[in-house]
Amino acid sequence: MKYLMFLVFLVCASASAAVEPHEILQDQRLEQRARDISKGLRCPVCQNETIDESSAEIAADLRVLVRERLSVGDSDQEVVDFVVARYGEFVLLKPSVSGSNLLLWGMAPLMLIIGLGFGVVFVRRCGGQTPNVQDPSLSDAERSELEKLLKP
Amino acid sequence: MINELGHFALILGFMVAILQATVPLVGARLNHHGMMSFGRTAATAQFVLIAASFLALVHAFVTSDFSLRLVTLNSHSLKPMIYKISGTWGNHEGSMLLWVLILALFGACAAWFGGNLTHRFRATALAVQGAIGVAFIGFIIFTSNPFIRLALPPFDGQDLNPLLQDPGLAFHPPFLYLGYVGLSMAFSFAVAALIEGRVDAAWARWVRPWTLAAWVFLTIGIALGSWWAYYELGWGGFWFWDPVENASFMPWLLAAALLHSAIVVEKRESLKSWTILLAILAFGFSLLGTFIVRSGVLTSVHAFANDPERGVVILGILIFFVGGALTLFSLRAASMQSQGIFGMVSRETALVLNNVLLAVSAFVVFVGTIWPLVAEIFFDRTLSVGPPFFNMAFTPLMILLGLALPLGAMLPWKRGRLEKGIRQLTLPLIFALSCGGLVWAMQTGRSLQAPIGLFLGAWLVSGAIADLLQRLGREKDFGRLMRLPRADWGKAIAHSGFGITMLAIAALIAWEKEDIRVVDIGETWTLGPYDLTLRDVRLEMGPNYRARIAEVELGQNGQMIAMMYPEKRFYPVAKMPTTEAGIDYRFLRDVYVVLGDTQDGGSWTMRSYLKPFANWIWAGAALMAFGGLLSLSDRRLRTAPSGHKPRAPQAAKATPAE
Repeated sequence: MKYLMFLVFLVCASASAAVEPHEILQDQRLEQRARDISKGLRCPVCQNETIDESSAEIAADLRVLVRERLSVGDSDQEVVDFVVARYGEFVLLKPSVSGSNLLLWGMAPLMLIIGLGFGVVFVRRCGGQTPNVQDPSLSDAERSELEKLLKP
Repeated sequence: MINELGHFALILGFMVAILQATVPLVGARLNHHGMMSFGRTAATAQFVLIAASFLALVHAFVTSDFSLRLVTLNSHSLKPMIYKISGTWGNHEGSMLLWVLILALFGACAAWFGGNLTHRFRATALAVQGAIGVAFIGFIIFTSNPFIRLALPPFDGQDLNPLLQDPGLAFHPPFLYLGYVGLSMAFSFAVAALIEGRVDAAWARWVRPWTLAAWVFLTIGIALGSWWAYYELGWGGFWFWDPVENASFMPWLLAAALLHSAIVVEKRESLKSWTILLAILAFGFSLLGTFIVRSGVLTSVHAFANDPERGVVILGILIFFVGGALTLFSLRAASMQSQGIFGMVSRETALVLNNVLLAVSAFVVFVGTIWPLVAEIFFDRTLSVGPPFFNMAFTPLMILLGLALPLGAMLPWKRGRLEKGIRQLTLPLIFALSCGGLVWAMQTGRSLQAPIGLFLGAWLVSGAIADLLQRLGREKDFGRLMRLPRADWGKAIAHSGFGITMLAIAALIAWEKEDIRVVDIGETWTLGPYDLTLRDVRLEMGPNYRARIAEVELGQNGQMIAMMYPEKRFYPVAKMPTTEAGIDYRFLRDVYVVLGDTQDGGSWTMRSYLKPFANWIWAGAALMAFGGLLSLSDRRLRTAPSGHKPRAPQAAKATPAE
């Protein structure tokens, strides 16, 4: 296993950027779409790199595959579905908004609402009454202390 | 011999930490003066012992002592000296030892400079700090001992991962650890406060500088790491939302929240229990970061120690400390009464909003980071959560924060008037809107990124300036500007830095240009307004690598601007190639060239990028750190009110002891 990890590291983290000149499509609009799609697909053997960045062989194959599908006339979504059907949900860097993932996507707005709710409750409790609306009268003990202090 | 002494010092340090964790605590219960004082002696002794142990390990790396397993695995005799030294912490065992060293250093600082804390309180805090020390020194000795010898030492080592042989990365871990571990101070103080049942302005005055220092170090550490990724990984990415990066980013966000909420405790005796909770969580997330980096549970580009067993131990430590602290918190939080009363529109409310936004964004990063794990365990789905998710979920929170910041920063304490704040900010708002509008009109693309980023940047910077100017009063006495407390300058500078970083990220993402092509030697190609020419590619030998170095001429309108030397290195010992980009740094843009592979017929793959405002990202981070340091140097923070003297009766009432 350790050896395998090392191999993965060797293949991926060799730190040279990915897209090779011969992969690039002539049609610039198609190429731009391919780049955008590639940036959302994870290289299956790497540690957290997109196929657009990875120099692994399989990433290169996938980049070519994406371009082939686009050239045939697939839509962006069709290309992504095609890759996901073969490599699984794992390659999607943007998790699908479905099933249990709804929890993930809903978390940010939900937490913000809860957080703001708590904030409002706290501010109301602590500061609902503005400082000058406070009860200005003194308790007996305070009054006698004040008198003591004010005595010349 | 020196290795054995280092090993022995480490074990002694472990023993001292055990005593530090128990004796002062018992002393504080019994009110025994001598036992409480022992904490200070122990903290100093622990620091000296761990430092000796660490120096012994550095010595082994510097002298290339391959009888140590760790040195064999991570060093090589040909490696340049600076990387021999930095190799000490370029691995799991050594970096843990550095972690513990910094922990002991912070404990010792509390012992040396904590004269104005009450005796009992300092003893309790040192005991908590000692307990953290026990856990981690024990972890080192029993699971990842750096001093293990080899029976048959080899002639030479296996070299440090070449990616780590870089000045940026040599200093990245120490700064990060200073930040992570600095938060342990806030944690120890929070737990001590819970044990003593006492939180007041004096407490906050102590916690704030430590948190501020930790935050400054984290800022520097994260910026160094991201800068390293920018120039080293070969395509100029600077942030990947990688689990390991997130692990450092979550404590940063929480530390930022904590240092703001501590201001409220200090100045207004409000938000007490929340501040305590934040202090616990901030350090909890640092521990979580340690766990993520070292367990290999979440795969990442930079994880360097993937060992599930060690991960389990760290998880145990994490659960013990955070769980214990949270239990204590749930028992004692009710006694932390908030005192200050404030209006709906006030600095306090603004800081509550700041805390909500920062805490929620830290939580969003947390959920995104661990979601693959959750999905696999509970829903049986193997999936990834990458940059697209984080960009969509995190960015809006930062935009909200940026929008609210200048206004909140100008509101007075207790009670303010919104109209007054808005009036003072009219000019900055107009300025920022016109900046954003100008960009919107100028650019042809579809994206809103750049206009929003530019608007926010201009809004934050000009808002900070307006804040300083309104301090001048009616007579516009500019001499007053110099007499403002340093903390005010620090605040303005750090907030501007935040704006500049936001602006730079938006501009870079929106306006980056890329070109990938095969070129022959002597060929010229264009990139935006620039012409690049590949002059030559030559072979050279480095101290421990072979390099192919390209000479690329950068020109504009027929005039040469600069020569760039992108490299492709190969480290024979580690059998790894690395890329060194050729970068022409300028104020408004970087030109970034990477040498690719050779093609048939002697031509080369060249990647070139035009990166507008790239430097501004780190300049903004540097400003944030500088603002923090300036604020740290403020006299008011150093002369904390003495805890020995009885405080004003009102404050004493606020903190009922047990």
